[in-house]
Amino acid sequence: MTEDLAADMKIDIRNARVIDPASGRDETVPVFIADGRIVALGAAPDGFRPDRTIDATGLVACPGLVDLAARLREPGLEYRATLESEMQAAVAGGVTSLACPPDTDPPLDEPGLVEMLKRRAESLRQARVYPLGALTLGLKGQKLSEMGELAEAGCVGFFHADAPLTDLNVLLQAMRYAATFGHTVWLRPQDAHLAHGGVAHEGEVSTRLGLPPIPAVAETVALHAILELAEATGARVHLARLSTARGVALVAAARARGLALTCDVGMHHLHLCDRDVGDFNPHMRLVPPLRDQRDRDALRRGLADGTIDAVCSDHAPVDDDAKQVPFGEAEPGATGLELLLPLVLQWGAQMKLPLAATLASVTSRPAGVLGIEAGTLGEGRAADLCLFDEARPWIVDPASLASQGRNSPFLGLEVTGRVTTTLVDGRIVYSG
Amino acid sequence: MGAGLQVDSQGRLVHLLTTEGLSAEMILHILDTASQFVSVNEREVKKVPLLRGKSIFNVFFENSTRTRTTFEIAAKRLSADVINLNIGSSSTTKGETLLDTVWNLQAMDADMFVVRHAEAGAPHLIARHVKPGVHVVNAGDGRHAHPTQGLLDMYTIRHYKRDFTRLVVAIVGDVLHSRVARSQIHALKTLGVPEVRVIGPKTLLPADVERLGVSVFHDMAAGLRDCDVVITLRLQNERMSGPLLPSAGEFHKAYGLTPEKLARAKPDAIVMHPGPLNRGVEIDSGVADGRHSVIMPQVTYGIAVRMAVMAILAGNA
Repeated sequence: MTEDLAADMKIDIRNARVIDPASGRDETVPVFIADGRIVALGAAPDGFRPDRTIDATGLVACPGLVDLAARLREPGLEYRATLESEMQAAVAGGVTSLACPPDTDPPLDEPGLVEMLKRRAESLRQARVYPLGALTLGLKGQKLSEMGELAEAGCVGFFHADAPLTDLNVLLQAMRYAATFGHTVWLRPQDAHLAHGGVAHEGEVSTRLGLPPIPAVAETVALHAILELAEATGARVHLARLSTARGVALVAAARARGLALTCDVGMHHLHLCDRDVGDFNPHMRLVPPLRDQRDRDALRRGLADGTIDAVCSDHAPVDDDAKQVPFGEAEPGATGLELLLPLVLQWGAQMKLPLAATLASVTSRPAGVLGIEAGTLGEGRAADLCLFDEARPWIVDPASLASQGRNSPFLGLEVTGRVTTTLVDGRIVYSG
Repeated sequence: MGAGLQVDSQGRLVHLLTTEGLSAEMILHILDTASQFVSVNEREVKKVPLLRGKSIFNVFFENSTRTRTTFEIAAKRLSADVINLNIGSSSTTKGETLLDTVWNLQAMDADMFVVRHAEAGAPHLIARHVKPGVHVVNAGDGRHAHPTQGLLDMYTIRHYKRDFTRLVVAIVGDVLHSRVARSQIHALKTLGVPEVRVIGPKTLLPADVERLGVSVFHDMAAGLRDCDVVITLRLQNERMSGPLLPSAGEFHKAYGLTPEKLARAKPDAIVMHPGPLNRGVEIDSGVADGRHSVIMPQVTYGIAVRMAVMAILAGNA
């Protein structure tokens, strides 16, 4: 599948509909790549002789996708997935840059672990990996991690993942410390006590199914605390995986006040709600829980109107055994890297957005959240891009996925939009 | 939810997982079948050969002497071979997964599993993975469902009140944690009971419970007014004090069923309780042992209803 071509290969991509959300470009022009960079869009540079011409008739060329949450399961959780399998899944999904949460085993709380992960990932020469360091040592919520050292090792932010952070003084000090050095603090808003023991959104469905509930206030109470602390400390905060309509409203109000804030939503939450749990389908066991239809609709609108910056795959490969158990005991999460593009296209089509606006939520906007040079197709930029057929239907099944995780709420369903070619640094890293 | 799994394309019951989605016809068929077994149970020789040669495994991942015993008696009266397994803890702490346990037992030629599990949906999972022809009876899963209890309660109500379509039924107490209450509510609504009330403090009623078709009361006196049937729920010891309730005493004062409170109901109201009783907490002895109480008949009918469910599942009734 992967052609290991020299980085200095000259490539000419012909007949693609080139969409660059950052600049608003949407036109059929040739793309010229040399030395790993986009050297020209439109007119060929003088004397450009391609080593390879790709005929992309009927395809869209866009910046490689930027995913704000992809668990690669290394170190420590290789029985769920390996770096090899998940990096292959990333490029098969058109993802060329991804942030990985620190919820590995051990958590990413020391520079050695981060350097090792970066080195292992780089040696695979596929997508670019941007680790998020653990905000506290061992994600235990007590002691600050060495943010400076971790940032030097390559961490682009500090996240508490899904681990409880109950001591607000620790959060206050973490924000002050991070603000001192300009680090971004990533938090998934959920009050640990209010969510304790819960596995499903509190509402009619959890009542019918008798599933221990997680009330919406578990998110909004935590959001209030985070927003107050962010305002008081001046820390730059990224809110991960919003799940409630009230949460979206709180974020909109905080942004209107001028708070330095970004946020994301997981792709499943744009399409599914608590009713989809059905008869205890363990594939619907996600974190945060799937909430009700009004919440889902508010998330869809919030992403469209810019209150929410980006949509992420929240990729979490889980081994089959961990899903073949009762709902409440099932390991939460779903494989996602290869579904990010079709699911974001589906959202954009349903919201009647132009393709460029749809793609912004998985390219330029998440790149902005990470503060990285990615997600655009400007001349002189690294040639990270993907070609996809926006109309191609495919069935989500284990055979169609490169990820080691076979767990998805969309298993057996047809989705539309498939990546055909992915380039990183001008190298073809995937061609399907 | 769950009706799709438990009834086949010909409308036959293949598993009993929940009362939700069961048709009124199916519920009445179970009750009618049970009434035939009530007479068997009154005979000198309380045994019929309907399930001779069948192996029924009582697989209890959560301890329960009472429910397990009633299933055991019911199976034995149908002449089945009964094997009891008290696994007693959740599958995840055992090393062996729930499905491995079930597959092993299935390899021993089980015909039916009676399953109790602390996790909601565990019987659904099992039902999805057993061979065709093997039946699953939910004997209680988390807070979700306890359908045979719900059905024996319907049997009891029908026995005393005959017509479901004129009744006011109140369910009092810890509805939040009660699989029994959920199974009762679905069955009562399906059978056409026009008014089902739940009575309790806001801490013990689940979110959006009115969406199940019940009316919500926090004031017990108002909730009991003109009731034909009063069902009190067991309050678990561990919930008597903590964040949900200040004390058993305060709960009793507001929601314990006393003769004075019961006087608000109709003069011929019946009082039910799924057992075991916490006397002096959710119910006073004067009520539990009084003339309105049908708590002991509930236990008796429970055997017949479980016989009916097993016989229907095995295809012999």
